[in-house]
Amino acid sequence: MSEDLLKVDGLKAYYQMDYFGVTREVRAVDDITMTIRKNEIYGIAGESSSGKTSFIKVLAAAIRPPMRIVAGSVKYEFKGLSVDVADATPAQIEAIRWRHLSYIMQGSMSVLNPLRRIGKTFEDFAKKPLGLTGEAYRARVLNHLERLKLPADVLNAYPHELSGGMRQRVTIGLATVCHPEFIIADEPTTALDVVVQKEVLGLIREIQQDMGSSVVFVTHDMSVHANMTDRVGIIYAGRLVEEGPTRQMFFAPRHPYTAHLVASLPRIGDTTQRPALDGRPPSLANPPSGCRFHPRCPLAIDKCKTDVPPLVTVANDHRTACWRWQDVKPLVAPQVPHGVMA
Amino acid sequence: MSTLLEVRNVSKRFTMGGLLSRKTVEAVQDASLSLSAETPEIFTIIGESGSGKTTLARMILGLELPTSGEISFRGKTVSHRVGRQERLDFMANVQPVFQNPFEAFNPLKRIDRYLESTAKRFLKLSHRDELDGAMDGALQKVGLSLAEVQGRYPHEMSGGQLQRAAIARALIPNPPLLVADEPVSMVDASLRMSIVNLLKSLRDDLGVSVIYITHDLATAYYISNRLIIMQRGRIVEMGDARTVLDAPEHPYSRLLKASVLSTEDAGNGKLATDAGMVKLAGDLVSQAGRLVDRPDGRMVRVYG
Repeated sequence: MSEDLLKVDGLKAYYQMDYFGVTREVRAVDDITMTIRKNEIYGIAGESSSGKTSFIKVLAAAIRPPMRIVAGSVKYEFKGLSVDVADATPAQIEAIRWRHLSYIMQGSMSVLNPLRRIGKTFEDFAKKPLGLTGEAYRARVLNHLERLKLPADVLNAYPHELSGGMRQRVTIGLATVCHPEFIIADEPTTALDVVVQKEVLGLIREIQQDMGSSVVFVTHDMSVHANMTDRVGIIYAGRLVEEGPTRQMFFAPRHPYTAHLVASLPRIGDTTQRPALDGRPPSLANPPSGCRFHPRCPLAIDKCKTDVPPLVTVANDHRTACWRWQDVKPLVAPQVPHGVMA
Repeated sequence: MSTLLEVRNVSKRFTMGGLLSRKTVEAVQDASLSLSAETPEIFTIIGESGSGKTTLARMILGLELPTSGEISFRGKTVSHRVGRQERLDFMANVQPVFQNPFEAFNPLKRIDRYLESTAKRFLKLSHRDELDGAMDGALQKVGLSLAEVQGRYPHEMSGGQLQRAAIARALIPNPPLLVADEPVSMVDASLRMSIVNLLKSLRDDLGVSVIYITHDLATAYYISNRLIIMQRGRIVEMGDARTVLDAPEHPYSRLLKASVLSTEDAGNGKLATDAGMVKLAGDLVSQAGRLVDRPDGRMVRVYG
């Protein structure tokens, strides 16, 4: 059951730029180690400029200069095919793309070509990796659309004729039509309103369970993680600072940053003052010494300023990188749903 | 009791297409609301995309003229074509804050130049010291200072700081009313609450009224006094924020509340939406109905 599909080991990916003899280095991904299992939804949370997008680019094998993998490995174990993104050839990457490794992008309006009908876009994406032609190909696509609860007419429509929710479902369809084993979803619901968001999230989950794929789900919205993911990893300033089972991350966080993220969520039925975190996200070109969270951390001690905390296991499946993890308390008491014991 | 802003039976119709394929879209239908001048409040407009909430805000800001109905500010009608001077006077009193601070600022201009041009235009200041004083005063209100902002370009600041600077710019003419269109939806989670808390303190400490437009029910519950919920251009429920959101009555309001992702049972993965609820709310779009008062002070649209 809990076989590993992806092993990331000590991954460092930096942006290295050289302008007129001045070298600049941005450490966007700095020493991340994690594994992603088969058939799970793994959530990645982090704010903008925390390096999460760079990390996903590496996972998606879309590494372009000036970004470079400096150290570490990213090993996929697909069915009968193992690939290390760090030293794969372009042909190897071409072979896994869409068929094994797929990507649901943010902003469905800019993903779909506005001048091509949806059906044409499906052909561009799926015909080659599927290796089907004629009736067999058509039947496969229609079958897939039905699963996404999209009418067959969408194939004849242009992107602007569809609503935001339908467009997002089309992009999910494009990413999943080849039944990939690994799907990266990068903020697929940020532009949608609450009702449609819930529908789209439900759909991604359903498809994932149908196909038994693994999904890496990226968003900064913790309430989405709470309802969507099996495990969550928090990235802060290029480092993985905490990861664990979703429920544990919400009710017993062991890193002050996670505790803050959870506590700052407003809830209907509760108007107590919510704390806001002071300071600003650190610059990756010049990160703080020691623990990168220490300038904003309420628990910081002198040791935090000099020594980088290692990622240690604190409970079953739960790892955190904090010197004072034993002192981290959830900032708000968990609410027990009315009438139901948790 | 005098009114600050009064919106009376306002509708907006957009016409699309050419002569032969003309289509009209009723963006806002018969909306009425009023804000009192004595008690500053945060008035929230909630709705999905396409519900007309942004159109309503643009009409309040005078960026669109209503097709019918009237908007008045301090008893003076503003929803008609006005001259430049009258327009400037109005703009000094009602200031906007937009969704994405990275798009609101020109990336090639320093942030203080924006603040400066606002101060010059509305406060008619020209001396360096006076300008700096006005800018610093406004920045202090949002927890920044002129020293932090001076000489910096938008890319040098975080989204949260930039949104604060945008709010500071709006505060320079000391307006009694701010119109904030989804001010936190593009801001990172760790900084979001600082903006929301800022809006709250503007109301409590400086007496500024805020029209807060959002689709996030949780922050609406957290900061607003009163709210309206809009569905396809119609106000379907209006009243005290806590009363309405604790027990929404209109099917669409109920659907919205049911769609909010809660963290109470994190990890259980409950994502099913009640299909009956969606259908019930969707069926009401085509019916006009009418708003009726309820004993607890709210107004709800009823049908039949």
